Amino acid sequence: MNQKKPSIKRVKNTFARMILASAATISIVTTIGIVCVLGNEAYSFFALPEVSFVEFVTGLKWSPLLGNEKHFGIWPLICGTLLVTCVAALIAIPCGIVTAIFLAEYAPLKVRAVLKPVLEILAGIPTVVYGFFALTVITPSLQSIFSGIDVYNALSAGIAVGIMCIPIVTSMSEDSIQSVPNSLREGAYALGSTKLETSLKVVFPAALSGVMSACLLSIARAVGETMIVALAAGNLAQLTLNPGNQVQTMTAYMVQIFLGDTDAVGVEYKSSYAVAATLFIMTLLLTWIGHNVSKKYKEEYS
Amino acid sequence: MNSKKKRNHSAKQIQDKLFICFCVAVTFLSVSALVVLLVTIAKQSVGHLDFDLLTSYPSRHPEKAGIKAAMWGTVWVCTICVLIAIPIGTATSIYLEEFARKNKLTRFIELNISNLAGVPSIVYGILGLTVFARMFGVFGTVNDPFVEVGDPTSFWYFRLPLGSSIIVGGLTLALVVLPIIIVSSREAIRSVPNSLREASLAIGATKWETVRKVVLPQAAPGILTGAILSTSRAIGEAAPLLVIGGFLFIRFTPANVFDDFTAMPLQIYNWASRPQEEFHAVAAAAIIVLLILLLLFNGTAAIIRYKFQKVKIK
Repeated sequence: MNQKKPSIKRVKNTFARMILASAATISIVTTIGIVCVLGNEAYSFFALPEVSFVEFVTGLKWSPLLGNEKHFGIWPLICGTLLVTCVAALIAIPCGIVTAIFLAEYAPLKVRAVLKPVLEILAGIPTVVYGFFALTVITPSLQSIFSGIDVYNALSAGIAVGIMCIPIVTSMSEDSIQSVPNSLREGAYALGSTKLETSLKVVFPAALSGVMSACLLSIARAVGETMIVALAAGNLAQLTLNPGNQVQTMTAYMVQIFLGDTDAVGVEYKSSYAVAATLFIMTLLLTWIGHNVSKKYKEEYS
Repeated sequence: MNSKKKRNHSAKQIQDKLFICFCVAVTFLSVSALVVLLVTIAKQSVGHLDFDLLTSYPSRHPEKAGIKAAMWGTVWVCTICVLIAIPIGTATSIYLEEFARKNKLTRFIELNISNLAGVPSIVYGILGLTVFARMFGVFGTVNDPFVEVGDPTSFWYFRLPLGSSIIVGGLTLALVVLPIIIVSSREAIRSVPNSLREASLAIGATKWETVRKVVLPQAAPGILTGAILSTSRAIGEAAPLLVIGGFLFIRFTPANVFDDFTAMPLQIYNWASRPQEEFHAVAAAAIIVLLILLLLFNGTAAIIRYKFQKVKIK
C-alpha cells in the first residue's frame, strides 16, 4: 500500500509530462506544416510549363492576371514591399528609438505611467484600423500637401505601417536600454559627462545590439504587414522608387488572389504560394538575424 | 580660463535641455498619432454609431448596414481560438519551464517559437486554408464532403473537409496567437519564486503536483493577462481570416462551427475598401465598436495584473 501510492503519483507525473511535451511539439509541427505547404505548392507552381524559376527570381514584370501575357517576375512585388517598408522604417526607427531613450533615461515616473499605456494601446490597435486611417486620413492630407500622389500610394501606407511599428521598436529598445548596467552610467557621470553625453555616447552604444534587433524585428513586421497595404497601397505591381505611386506588395497580392474568384488550380492561384514562400523566407531571415544580434548582446553584459 | 570652462559647461547643459525638448517633441508626435487616429475615426463615425449598427446585418444600403453577423462571427471564432490556444500555450510553457531538460531539442523548440512569432499572419492564413480548410483536397470539397454527420442547421453537425468555416478560422487564429501566449505564460511561470517549488518538492510532491498545486496558482494571473491580451490580438486579426475565405457578405448568425462566417475586422475591411464615402462612415462606426471591445479586454488585463502584483509572494 505504502509503496503503491508513490508509483501512482509517478505514473501521473510521467503522463502529465508526456502530454505537456506533446503540446510543446505542436509549435514544431506548425513550422514543418508551413515549410511543407509553401515548399510543396511553390514547387508545383514552378513545375508548371508557363513558369520558370529563373524568371521568377530575376524577372522585372509581374502580370499574372493578364490573359495571354502572363509574367511572373517577383521584383515588382519586392520593390513595392521594400518601398512601404523603407517609409515605415524611416518613421518607426527614429521615433521609436528616441521615445525609448526618453522613457528609459529621462521620463519621470508619472510621465512613464501615462506613456507606457498609450504605447500599449497603440500596439493593440488592429492593423485594419491603421489601414482605414491611412486611406481616409493620411492619403487626403498628403494629397493636399504634395501634388501627384495617387489615391493608393506607398507613402501613406508606409506612414501607417511606421506608426504601427513605433511601439514595437520602443518597447524592445527600452528593455535593452534599461538592462545596461548602472555602473556604466555612474562611470560616465564620474568623468564629468552630462546626461545627454551619458545617454548617447555610453548607454545607447551599450544597448545598440538590442536596439538593432528591435529594429530588425519591427522591419520584419512591416514586411509582413497585410491589411494596411491591402487598403492603402493599391494593387498595381510596378517597379518604382517614387513613394507617391501606387504599388503592390507581396501581401497585397496574396489578398487580391485569395479574395478574388480565381479557381484553386489556376496558375495565378499557385503563384501566391510562391510569393508567400518568398515572404516567409524574408521575414524568417530578418527575425533570425534580429534574435542573433540580441543574443550576442546578452553574452556581453551578463 | 575659469569663465571659459564655465561657458563650455553651460553650452553642454543647453545641449542637454535641447535634447530633452527633442525627446519630448518626438514622443509627443507618437502619442499625437494615436489621438489623431481616434479623433478622425470618431468624427467619421458620427451618424452611424447607434444601436441599429449592432442589431442589423450588412446591407447594400449604408444607412441600413450593421455588424450583427460580424460580431457573432468574431465571438464564435475567438472563442474557439481561445479554447484551443490557451491550453496548448500554457502546456507548452509549463513543459519548457518546468519539465524540459536544457538540451538541444529544448533549445530548438525555443528558437522555433521565437521564429514563429515573427511569421506574418497571412502565412498562417495560407497554412490554415491548405491544411484545415481544404485538407489538401483528400476529403473532396465542401459541396461534396467525404464525411458528413447531422443536419447542417443543427448545432451537432460535422463534416470533413472543414471548409472555410468558423472552426478553421479559430484553429488558424490559434496558431497565430500561440507564440504570444507561450512567451507571456513562460514569463509568468518563471516569476514564481523557486523557494516555493523547492518547499513543495521537499515535502514529497512530484513535479506534476508541484506544478498543478503550487506553480500554476501563483502564475495564474500572469497567464490570464497574457491570454486576454492574445485574445484581443485575435479579435483584431484580419489577414488570416481573409485568406481562409471568411465571407464578407453574410446575413445570418452561425448555428454551428461549420457555418460560414465573417468577423469584425473583415467587415471593416470590406466597407473600407468600397469606393462610396457612406460605407467609410459605417466602417468608422464599426471600428469604434471594435476599439471599445479591445479597450475592455486590455483594461481587464491591466486590472488583473495590477491587483495580483500586490498579492504575489515576493
